[in-house]
Amino acid sequence: MSNRVSVQLFGITREIVGTSALTLDLPKTGQVGELLSNLKEQYPALTGLRSLLVAVNGEYAELNQPLHPNDEIALIPPVSGG
Amino acid sequence: MVSITTEPIDMNAAYQHVSTDAAGAITFFFGTVRDNTQNRPVERLEYEAYDRMALAKMQEIADEAGQRWDVRKYAIIHRKGNLAIGDIAVLIAVATPHRADAFDACRYIIDTLKQQVPIWKKEIFEDGQVWVDAHP
Repeated sequence: MSNRVSVQLFGITREIVGTSALTLDLPKTGQVGELLSNLKEQYPALTGLRSLLVAVNGEYAELNQPLHPNDEIALIPPVSGG
Repeated sequence: MVSITTEPIDMNAAYQHVSTDAAGAITFFFGTVRDNTQNRPVERLEYEAYDRMALAKMQEIADEAGQRWDVRKYAIIHRKGNLAIGDIAVLIAVATPHRADAFDACRYIIDTLKQQVPIWKKEIFEDGQVWVDAHP
């Protein structure tokens, strides 16, 4: 079974990372918070954003939420619709 | 109805959608592309959406408005892609029996959309571009 997850990127996070989707190894804890801190380490410009949330399967996720290989994960930089 | 479209928003179609004999009031809000940000001239905007989640959040907001006020019909339409000055970026339409609910529900929907719905806009200036509100 794969322990990889894919992460969708939008707006400024897409520009910082340079792609609209990443495939990553699930972090050791399997939690949202570790995935986010790994990404911030790899792409330091992400730490300069006003906020950076993670959505899992279309819902805003808590940092301690567990991740699963088939989850639809997305980084959500500050929204600015309207 | 909620939708995200790359086409120009059709306000007449939205009016037809929310028009109902049960309504004594219909409010419309149009969010339009302004030609400047703090006096810096804007050339155009680019909008991007996480469509699946954005539509789900728009529906949640509409459902919540329906819990709080006597909303009989509504339309929430957001455009994405390249928009020019004066284009409609978002349309909110609410039909209720009485006007107070129509104003309040419309205000709630646009305010909450701006806080929660995963849509992003980039302002394109003559000499650069900025993702709005991305940085402190």
